[in-house]
Amino acid sequence: MNARLNGWMGWVLRVDLTTGTASREPLDPAALRLNIGGKGLAGHFLDPCVHLPWDHPDMPLCLFTGPLVATIAPTSGRACLATRSPLTGAFCDASVGGSLGTQLKKAGLDGLIVTGRAPRPVGIVIENGETSVRDASHLAGMTRDRVRAALDCSGSLAVVGPAAECGVRFSSIMVDTHHAFGRGGMGLSWAAKNLKYLSVKGSEKVRVADPEGLKKAREDIFRLVSASPVLSGGHGFSCFGTGALYDLMDSRRMMPTDNFRASHFAPAGELNAVRYKEAYQTSKHGCKGCHIQCKKVAADGRSMPEFETMSHFTALIGLTDIELVVAANALCNDLGMDTISSAVTLACHAEITGERLTPARVLELLEDMGRGRLPELGLGAAGYAALKGHPEAAMTVKGMELPAYDPRGAYGMSLAYALSTRGGCHLRAYPVSHEILRKPVATDRFSFLGKARIIKIAEDANAVVDSLTACKFIFFGASLEEYAAAYQAVTGEPSSAQDLLRLGERIYYRERIMNARLGFTSADDDIPARFFEAPGEHSLAGDIRPVPRVDFLEARAKYYAIRGLTEDGMPTQEKAKELGLEESYRQEMR
Amino acid sequence: MIRLLAKYADKIAAARLSAPGAPLLAGLDDALVFNREAQESSVLAGVFDRMSINSLLFLPPAEPYATIIDFLAARSAEGGEASIAPSDCETRTFLHDLPVVAEFTPDALASALKRRKSVIVPGKGVVAHGTVSPEQAFVSASSVCFACFVKFFADYLAQLRCGKPDAEYQAAFERAKTFLPPMHHRAPDLPAGPFADREAVIQAMDLTGKATVGYGLVDSFFGNISYCLDDVLYISQTGSSLDELPDCIDPCHLDGSSCAGLTASSELMAHQGIVLKTGAKAILHGHPRFAVIMSMDCDKKGCDKIGRCHIECTEPRFVWDVPVVPGEVGTGPRGLVNTLPPAMIGRRGVIVYGHGLFAIGREDFREPFATLLEVENYCREEYFRRVEMLGS
Repeated sequence: MNARLNGWMGWVLRVDLTTGTASREPLDPAALRLNIGGKGLAGHFLDPCVHLPWDHPDMPLCLFTGPLVATIAPTSGRACLATRSPLTGAFCDASVGGSLGTQLKKAGLDGLIVTGRAPRPVGIVIENGETSVRDASHLAGMTRDRVRAALDCSGSLAVVGPAAECGVRFSSIMVDTHHAFGRGGMGLSWAAKNLKYLSVKGSEKVRVADPEGLKKAREDIFRLVSASPVLSGGHGFSCFGTGALYDLMDSRRMMPTDNFRASHFAPAGELNAVRYKEAYQTSKHGCKGCHIQCKKVAADGRSMPEFETMSHFTALIGLTDIELVVAANALCNDLGMDTISSAVTLACHAEITGERLTPARVLELLEDMGRGRLPELGLGAAGYAALKGHPEAAMTVKGMELPAYDPRGAYGMSLAYALSTRGGCHLRAYPVSHEILRKPVATDRFSFLGKARIIKIAEDANAVVDSLTACKFIFFGASLEEYAAAYQAVTGEPSSAQDLLRLGERIYYRERIMNARLGFTSADDDIPARFFEAPGEHSLAGDIRPVPRVDFLEARAKYYAIRGLTEDGMPTQEKAKELGLEESYRQEMR
Repeated sequence: MIRLLAKYADKIAAARLSAPGAPLLAGLDDALVFNREAQESSVLAGVFDRMSINSLLFLPPAEPYATIIDFLAARSAEGGEASIAPSDCETRTFLHDLPVVAEFTPDALASALKRRKSVIVPGKGVVAHGTVSPEQAFVSASSVCFACFVKFFADYLAQLRCGKPDAEYQAAFERAKTFLPPMHHRAPDLPAGPFADREAVIQAMDLTGKATVGYGLVDSFFGNISYCLDDVLYISQTGSSLDELPDCIDPCHLDGSSCAGLTASSELMAHQGIVLKTGAKAILHGHPRFAVIMSMDCDKKGCDKIGRCHIECTEPRFVWDVPVVPGEVGTGPRGLVNTLPPAMIGRRGVIVYGHGLFAIGREDFREPFATLLEVENYCREEYFRRVEMLGS
């Protein structure tokens, strides 16, 4: 540990898989303060290389954890991985729970940067201060479960499955037993380096500047979590997992149905989280350092599906079999595929081919995709639809498949999808929080009033959350106000919610710069035409109308102005300078 | 945006927190707009320049809040503190403490608002911000008024129990007392139950909610209300204003067959527990000020739970015939979901320490509304009786 630092360990580990060498490097304290950790630090190290092809040996895989990790700050066990997405070609980061962040921190590291390409499948093992690159040829092609069984790892284990090794563009990295770097196809990035697994174990402690201050911040956060219906209520995530959203999304007519051609699924009432809890006798499971425990595990040990998986493997593809959902979820996890992208790709396939899917057929298609037997589908919805000459059937933004919130039922969501730096993602601004869940207060979901600035502020806030590597869900109760107190107590750095927001703005703007460097423009900040043309309900007389295109464009233009972008959504030198991102901006201009 | 700002300016005036036309609200999307022209606008605009927010409220308080807030702010400054720390439930959970700054300048305001949801400027008023909607600022500022009111009167009584408050406190107390609004003695004519269908339930909840706000029996307009019909509990949504209910009521099945209550009040489980334990159909929860103040008055000497009364008090306590129980908002291990329903058995209402009064009705909201009103009136009279008895 760096003796000068509290919260951070002060070290990053660089592993070059071409040479099989590893080296620890001290981290510049100024860079830590400016980037916080997690997403911020990962972006900091990715920035100089993001212009490279995603599978270039010099393209880094940047895995970072946050300053609160392995302390008593609630939900503090997460880690963030960033690289260029094989699915979208854009900047991509993903946050993961489980124990990976905690183990990395206890190994004395704030982060790990992997470059190069091994000549054969390898695993990286970090344990007791030692790092080794081990031959994993015997694990090639193995599923997550078989790799876990073969390695018998006592720390945290991150694994890619056969889908990544077969080139599936939306392949995931599975972490521990129930967690995933799901979105953006970063499993394929690992496979491109012949990296099959990462095992981390440590026992160091994190130094906290103000233990009493941290204890108080923790109590404040606990009180707010207890007061949050979404988290702790009788219908909340703690009881039912994120599946608790299922009833709500259908009741608000926001359930993507029939590949987003409708927004209400008549049998939804029989497919909700209550049914899963009864049928699978679920128990609670949480990430390291989390008391909410939103993960649910079946009595037979299978991970229970998250809300998006529940919705997309029923309404989106027109099926009503909850065992299919659980089985599909387990199969995707084992093969290493993102469940959202998998389901949207299947829905796209069904729309284009007219094939009426059955539960057995879905599992067959997933197995074939994950084993590389259907390379066209392995391209993801956008790639597949383009190949088939029907790009309009791909429900994606920037090439990333959309999650289970129909934007016609929440206009802020349409803006959030369009503007997300990593593409069709709900987690960058997550306006569902106020448009549906009424937190921190309710907003009119059928209006763009004020949404441009709300989205910008929320993106900045969530950039902070992903950099602290806290969990987004806890912000249905707590806010950056309480987390700033925790951050200050842990690191000793004077901080406020607004100080953190300013750092979040810088982190997010850098992502816009990186995407601009990669050729993304305002044409990519858009949602599929379907949402502007067709109503959401089955019935044409339904009350979910198409998103008004003119209003959407007006709100997007406001967002560009508020974010400090040009009318085309491009970064400006002036704003880059204001945020201290001149170097990043100069690279963009080259 | 202007319409939204005007709405909350009207709400503030209706709650008598500020004189009509006095609140200044600002909203920012791509352009900054104010609800009216004012000399303070440039200061608020300066705050926007320093913070990533989308709304600001400057609330010059009406009496008695002006007297109360200025007195507490002055006291906090004398004690070397730059903040006021009320111990009511709203403050403990959501506000934490109330920062005080001496200057009404962009720098001073922004400096405090960067850390907290609101700030007090003695002699000027309360400033609060929002990142999503002006409603956040309204909720924060009105909660500040409520918290200061409760602290001012509760502390005064507590000091009387220890001796005599100093002359300044006495003077402020006497002044504030003169500005208290007259008590309501007649309950509104609410619909008689039992209600036969959903529409009748919604209408009754709507009228009751509006009356609760109109009578000043809830702060920030955020109590909660429910009615049980055919094993469905109709309950106000989380963060809904009691005077804007019709579109903010969630039907929650008592058989637990759905999670559609995800947006219901954070007290859904407490309401369900009350229904199941008492058979009551109607539940009304408000934050009547003197009921809250009286729940915090305790004459037990040398108690080892002082400072933790809100979660650990085990002493059986009553205000009139109404029990006082500890419990924090929601369902945590120290949540009122555990303490409230059992205490309600055989009672017309229960006060949660430092929080508010829950009242029940067998068939409709007439009974719980009457309980809210009677208990509040009783508490107000009892408060001043105790003040007098203790020698003020």
